[in-house]
Amino acid sequence: MLKDITIGQYFPGKSVVHKLDPRFKIIITGIFIAMLFSADSFTALVVGIVFLIVSFLLSKIPFKLMLKSLKPIIPIIIFTSVLNIFFLDGVVLFKLGFLKVTYEGLRTSAFMIIRIIALIMGSSLLTYTTSPITLTDAIERLLSPLKKIKLPVHELAMMMTIALRFIPTLIEETDKIMSAQKARGADMESGSLLQRAKALTPILIPLFVSAFRRAEELAVAMECRCYQGGDGRTRLRQLKSTGGDYFALGLSIVFLDIVLLINCMTG
Amino acid sequence: MQEKIISAENVDFHYSNEFEENENAPVKQVLKGVSLDIKKGEFTAILGHNGSGKSTIAKHMNAILLPCGGKVYVDGIDTSDEERLFDIRQSVGMVFQNPDNQIVATIVEEDVAFALENLGVPPYEMRERVDDALKSVGMYEYREHSPHQLSGGQKQRIAIAGIIAMRPDCIVLDEPTAMLDPHGRRSVLKTIRKLNREFGITIVLITHYMDEAAQADRIVVMDNGEIVMDNVPKEVFSNVELMKKIGLDVPQVTELMYLLTQCGLLSDTHIIDEEECTEALIKILTA
Repeated sequence: MLKDITIGQYFPGKSVVHKLDPRFKIIITGIFIAMLFSADSFTALVVGIVFLIVSFLLSKIPFKLMLKSLKPIIPIIIFTSVLNIFFLDGVVLFKLGFLKVTYEGLRTSAFMIIRIIALIMGSSLLTYTTSPITLTDAIERLLSPLKKIKLPVHELAMMMTIALRFIPTLIEETDKIMSAQKARGADMESGSLLQRAKALTPILIPLFVSAFRRAEELAVAMECRCYQGGDGRTRLRQLKSTGGDYFALGLSIVFLDIVLLINCMTG
Repeated sequence: MQEKIISAENVDFHYSNEFEENENAPVKQVLKGVSLDIKKGEFTAILGHNGSGKSTIAKHMNAILLPCGGKVYVDGIDTSDEERLFDIRQSVGMVFQNPDNQIVATIVEEDVAFALENLGVPPYEMRERVDDALKSVGMYEYREHSPHQLSGGQKQRIAIAGIIAMRPDCIVLDEPTAMLDPHGRRSVLKTIRKLNREFGITIVLITHYMDEAAQADRIVVMDNGEIVMDNVPKEVFSNVELMKKIGLDVPQVTELMYLLTQCGLLSDTHIIDEEECTEALIKILTA
């Protein structure tokens, strides 16, 4: 049952978007978010959405997968739209008891919904087209200037890598412990929520004990391979930015400029 | 061939008992004055049952543990010399029992490169050394896989490749096959033998499988923190009574030969491989 958990939401592929330098992809996603939040008219927002649709089509990610990424945020969408529809003052269109629906309310809530959906889709596109490990790598490199102010960038990235590496191992282990406890008569599927939560204790304790043991062994194994922190480390996989990366970056900046320009003209 | 790569002189070791409730509790000596030389290019097996100190002596060989008394030299460098720690670890690599707990990266080739990344090897040279290491353990086709897709034996070979990439003179393997199925055990052992014969890498194999030890050039038997035997496999296994006394088995062939000698049917106890055994049996039966 635990085998079904997928790590991250990477969707392997060989499209142009997949091949972009992950550092650029992160920056471009940042620019895209800036586009969405600086846009203050529907026209400007459309420009951002055009940008999203173009990159989405280039990535060849199935549309269904994109919709799936929206599922968890449905409650947020409903909540913000309800707030906006009913609690904004303006020209009243109709009344529902003490609640009144205004033109401004409808407009703002539509605007917000589009903005949130585009935001989630844009950032999912990043995680769909970049494997978690490359993403970690890119974050480490993007943040490396912060080493000067003593931020342990390498250590953070190493922790991420090891966590990603051990997720499948620990899932397998949990599976084994669960079977072992079930074989001894542990009941994990019936009873109230509280009882079921309590039944997890005999699974969590052995899991933690073994995780600590693993951590110690891993530390020794890393020492044997001369690990001494991030200083003076080289990397097997070099990130090389190509002309295409700069082109994509330039394109996203052009789109951002268009958004800003539209803002000026309409505002 | 005769040059020493590792040399332990009178090594004493005990774990500190600062966490014990009774501070005056007698400390348990794990190693009692162990002296051991490993020569370059040799394939040595260290045998012993649990708690005999065999893993502890292994951990002294690349300065994971430092002796409480006595000295350990690796390639002439004292292991207590912290400045040369990375030289020591580069010349003596170590592989552990559980392959899962020594693989760091999520992609095979990146894990093999881990030691080289730490040592600051330039990327173009790294590529070459990683590929060579993966080829020498026969895992080159799996370089882009993720470790959790591999079997235990394959994972252990990746761990060995990660050590070989450092180009060490010696590899110490601490029960590398204990968690593997028979197929994985065979593949790992084949790799170890190949590294020893073809690449001249010194091997120290810690094990409690007699058939694995029988393939070594030399067997060191440890019991209770001391070396009780240190000889070629034939001589060690012919000492069946002593082996049984310290709780170790001998290979089945040797056991059979031993029993036959006791019945007075055979005079030679120096038989450890199956072919010799067959010949001896034919001789007895036809006589």
